[in-house]
Amino acid sequence: MSLKIKALTKSPWVYHLCAGGSCNNCDIEILDCLTPRFDVERFGVTLIGSVRHADALLVSGIVTKKTAPLVKQIWEQAPKPCLVVAIGGCACSQGMFKDCYTANPVPLDELIPVHAYVPGCPPKPETMIAGIVKLLGSLTK
Amino acid sequence: MNILVLVVLFFVISAGTAVVGLLTTWIDRKVTARVQYRLGPPWFQPFADVVKLLGKETIVPHAASKAAFLISPLIGLAGVSLVSFIIWLAIFDPTGSGFIGDLIVVIYLLILPALAMIFGGLASANPLASVGASREMKLALAYELPFILMIVVVLIKSGGTLSLGGLISAQQSGGVYVASISGLLALVVAILCTQAKLGQVPFDAAEAETELTGGILIEYSGTPLAVFKLTRAMLYLTVPMFTVVLLCGGIGSGWGIPLGILKYVGLLVAVVLIRNTNPRLRIEHAVKFFWGHVTAIAIIAVALAVLGNRLGIGWL
Repeated sequence: MSLKIKALTKSPWVYHLCAGGSCNNCDIEILDCLTPRFDVERFGVTLIGSVRHADALLVSGIVTKKTAPLVKQIWEQAPKPCLVVAIGGCACSQGMFKDCYTANPVPLDELIPVHAYVPGCPPKPETMIAGIVKLLGSLTK
Repeated sequence: MNILVLVVLFFVISAGTAVVGLLTTWIDRKVTARVQYRLGPPWFQPFADVVKLLGKETIVPHAASKAAFLISPLIGLAGVSLVSFIIWLAIFDPTGSGFIGDLIVVIYLLILPALAMIFGGLASANPLASVGASREMKLALAYELPFILMIVVVLIKSGGTLSLGGLISAQQSGGVYVASISGLLALVVAILCTQAKLGQVPFDAAEAETELTGGILIEYSGTPLAVFKLTRAMLYLTVPMFTVVLLCGGIGSGWGIPLGILKYVGLLVAVVLIRNTNPRLRIEHAVKFFWGHVTAIAIIAVALAVLGNRLGIGWL
C-alpha cells in the first residue's frame, strides 16, 4: 500500500454534491455526521467548499435530466484520486423517482464511477460512518 | 558565519518551523473541537492532510495564468521561511546574529504570504477567487496600519533599536515592554493583527467557506494547495513568535525557555479563543474595526509611550 493511499484514508475531505431532485433529508443527515454526537473529524473527515479540494464526493438525491451534465462536470473537476459515495436510496438506485419524467434515464453509477453505496431513506449517520470506514478499509487492502 | 552554515541553518530552521507549525494547527483544531464538545482530530492530522495533498493531482484551470498560478504559493512559502529564519536566529542568539534593520525586513516579508494569496487568487481566473483576493487586499490595508503603529510603540520604548536581537537583549536586561500600559495596549493591537494576518475567524472573509467556498484557494488542488496550507501553518508559529520578540522579550535561555514557550502558548490560546467565540465580520466592518478602534488604541499606546519616555516614567 502506497503512502499516497494511506494518507488519503487518514484525511478524506468530502465535497457535498446534492444532485438536484432530492428531499434534502440525506443532506441534513450528512451534516449530522459533523455534529458533536458523531464528530467525523475524529477520522480526519472535513467538509470542504470547493470541489478542487475534494477527496470524496458525497452524492445525494436523484440525478435529473437537468443536473446529469453538471454531476459529470463536477466529477471531471475533482482532482484524482477521488472517491464517489452514493448517499441514500435516490442516489443508489433512483429509488421512488425511477419512472419520474424528470429523472435522468441513466442512474448515477452509470454516469460516473461509484465506489460505495450507502442505502437508506435517509441513511442514519451511523450507516454513513460504517460506509466510510468500509470504503477506506477496502482501499488499504 | 560562513554562507554554507547559513544555508544549512536556513533549511533546518524552515523545516523545524513547518513541523512545529503543523503541530500548532493541530492544537488549534483540537481546542476548537473541545470548545464545541467534540473529540477532534488525532495529532498527526495536519501531517496527513499535507502528505495527502502532495499525492493528489494538480489541476491548473484552463483560463488561469499558469506561471503566476503555480509560482504564487512558493512566494508565500519563501517569505514565511525567511521570516522564521530571521526571527529564530535572533531568538537563539540575540547578540551574535542578525543585522541592523532586520526588524524592517521582517515587516516587509510578513506581508508576502498575503500578497502571494492575492496574486494566486487573481491568477486563477475564478470570480469567487477574485472576490476573495479583493477582500484580502482590503484586509491587508486595514491591519497593516495598526500593526506598524504597534511596532512604533516598541521602537519608542527601545529608543530606536532596529534589530530584533537588540530588542530581545534590551528587554532581557531592562524588563519586558509589555509590563507597562502602552506595552499592554500594543499587545492587544498585536493579538488582533495576528488574528487578521492568520486569516482567523472574525477576519476570514477572504476565504469564507460558506459564501466564497474557499475564496482565494478555490481553484487550488494538490501540491500548490499543500504549500499554501504549509505557509499558513508556519505563520501560525511565526507571527505570534514575532509578537513575543517585540513585546515579551523573546524566549531567553536556561530557565527562561519554559517561560518563553508559555508566552507563545498564551498568545496562541488568545487567538484560538477569539476565533471560537466570534462570528465572521463583513469586510467593510473589518476595515472599520482596524482603522477605527484598533488604530485608536494603537495611537493612545504611542502617545503614552512618548509621554513615558519624556517624563521617564517606566510604567506608562
